[in-house]
Amino acid sequence: MNNDKVLELKKIATDIRLGAIEAVYNGKSGHPGGALSASDILACLYFSELRINPKKPKDPKRDRFVLSKGHSCPALYAAMALRGYFDIKELKNFRHLGSLTQGHPDMKTMKGIDMSAGSLGQGFSAACGMALAAKLNGDDYRTYAMIGDGESQEGQVWEATMFAAHYKLDNLCLIVDNNGLQIDGRVKDVMNVMPYPSKFRAFGWNVISIDGHNIEEILNAFEEAKTVKGKPTVIVAKTVKGKGVSFMENQASWHGKAPNEVQYNQAKAELEKYKSEL
Amino acid sequence: MADKIATREAYGNALAEFGAKYNDIVVLDADLAEATKTCVFKKKFPERFFDCGIAENNMFGVAAGLAASGKIPFASTFAMFAAGRSFDQVRNSIGYPHLNVKICATHGGVSVGEDGATHQCCEDMALMRTIPGMVVMNPSDAVEARCAVEAAIQHDGPVYIRFGRLPVSVINDNEDYKFEIGKGVKLCDGTDVTIIANGLMVEQALIAREMLREDGISASVVNMHTIKPIDKELIIAEAQQTGAIVTTEEHNIIGGLGGAVAEVVAEVCPVPVVRHGVPDQFGKSGAGKDLLEYFNLNAKGIVEKVKIALSLKKMR
Repeated sequence: MNNDKVLELKKIATDIRLGAIEAVYNGKSGHPGGALSASDILACLYFSELRINPKKPKDPKRDRFVLSKGHSCPALYAAMALRGYFDIKELKNFRHLGSLTQGHPDMKTMKGIDMSAGSLGQGFSAACGMALAAKLNGDDYRTYAMIGDGESQEGQVWEATMFAAHYKLDNLCLIVDNNGLQIDGRVKDVMNVMPYPSKFRAFGWNVISIDGHNIEEILNAFEEAKTVKGKPTVIVAKTVKGKGVSFMENQASWHGKAPNEVQYNQAKAELEKYKSEL
Repeated sequence: MADKIATREAYGNALAEFGAKYNDIVVLDADLAEATKTCVFKKKFPERFFDCGIAENNMFGVAAGLAASGKIPFASTFAMFAAGRSFDQVRNSIGYPHLNVKICATHGGVSVGEDGATHQCCEDMALMRTIPGMVVMNPSDAVEARCAVEAAIQHDGPVYIRFGRLPVSVINDNEDYKFEIGKGVKLCDGTDVTIIANGLMVEQALIAREMLREDGISASVVNMHTIKPIDKELIIAEAQQTGAIVTTEEHNIIGGLGGAVAEVVAEVCPVPVVRHGVPDQFGKSGAGKDLLEYFNLNAKGIVEKVKIALSLKKMR
């Protein structure tokens, strides 16, 4: 693995976290916890893995990405802005009336969003449809979708899991942002859906378990997924909710609230310090 | 008159017919292909047919993804599961992003029959009508069902079409017949009252008109195959011409055709509107045609409502 590339992606992931905090602070609401847990994976997707061109957001041959856990969109918006889809200043309008940055991703409002999502469990199914369309058309684009571990309590997630395996969608790569927390507490206390690897294996999927904050592991998992034929791949990424901001880490209470000014400044300072020491 | 044919039968045939012309059509079903008649398409184009198993919510999501990738997906199951079980998926994954999915639901209304109330959806038209940008149609016979499918293919955006289980008479096989989304078809002119019908109640409305004529009452009959967008112009013209309206549908009297017509009339040109349909209650088991009689969903039932509408008109 190229060390420069890993370092660069670590910096981008930190910028994504800074952007997400900026969005949620200015929006005065939103979901920082799951945005921060997903940032390293989003950095790898938007700056390494996805075959995309921000100038051609509707290119039929582009790779697709569906953020099924749509509430984590502050990080998605930050990644897209950094990648050049829109002006990063728009992050400050997050959740404001008339903004591009809706409370949950909206493909009609923002170019580059491949699927509107937010009602949990639904984006994953749409990703299955995109992967199926590629098979029908003989296109070689790949489709990626990210779900949360709380989200996987939705029955529709397992309907989609069945579907993707049944139709051998090996051009589909699912990522589970396994941060272990949801609004009401720990996933295993609220409604235990773990363990994931054996569940997905039983459904006929290829399973890769990684540390979702380790850039090399993320990139390697994407590479491995592409080599597996005849079945879809799920990357179960162990993550820390609120990753990178000390007082948000592993706190379910930071699932869906905005920081106040003091907290915002502290979060920013911590992330900037981390970035400067990379 | 030609043999009776169910609109679901015409739907399956239309899919197979247009499937040859439109290569982007993909058909999804949820383990009901024999009943919804998507099996006709499946037989002809197996490579473009995908059974999703008994998992409707995922099916509508898959349809959304296919549409977002340029396909024209037709997703079929019973009306109960399409509009009822999967309302959230239809609203958020199809309606909100305005994706080009054709939701073709069969087994609408009480004429589903023996399966009983759990499978007799009388709320689907009302539910679908509340979704912004959704086209909502209920064709009256096999000719119109085929036209609705073709129009849905040519329309860019989400469409809900309800088809029925029971064989129904063919009433639109004439050269003058034209189908356009959002345009009601005026079948007969009259001066005293207008009967606005859709689905299998259109045929009953025509029979009711003959019964009324024997009583010296002159009735207009409109086939309102599309309830969204609703044909406001035609409704207003009829309200002005006859001054009394009866709506008739195989659907709960709340929120469907009757609701859509009453909204227009109340806001623009208030005249009496009397709704005929399934009363606000659940269905039950029985033969489909017996249930239609049980709920008075026949010409006699329409005539009774016309009499009420005329007395309301006189009181004004």
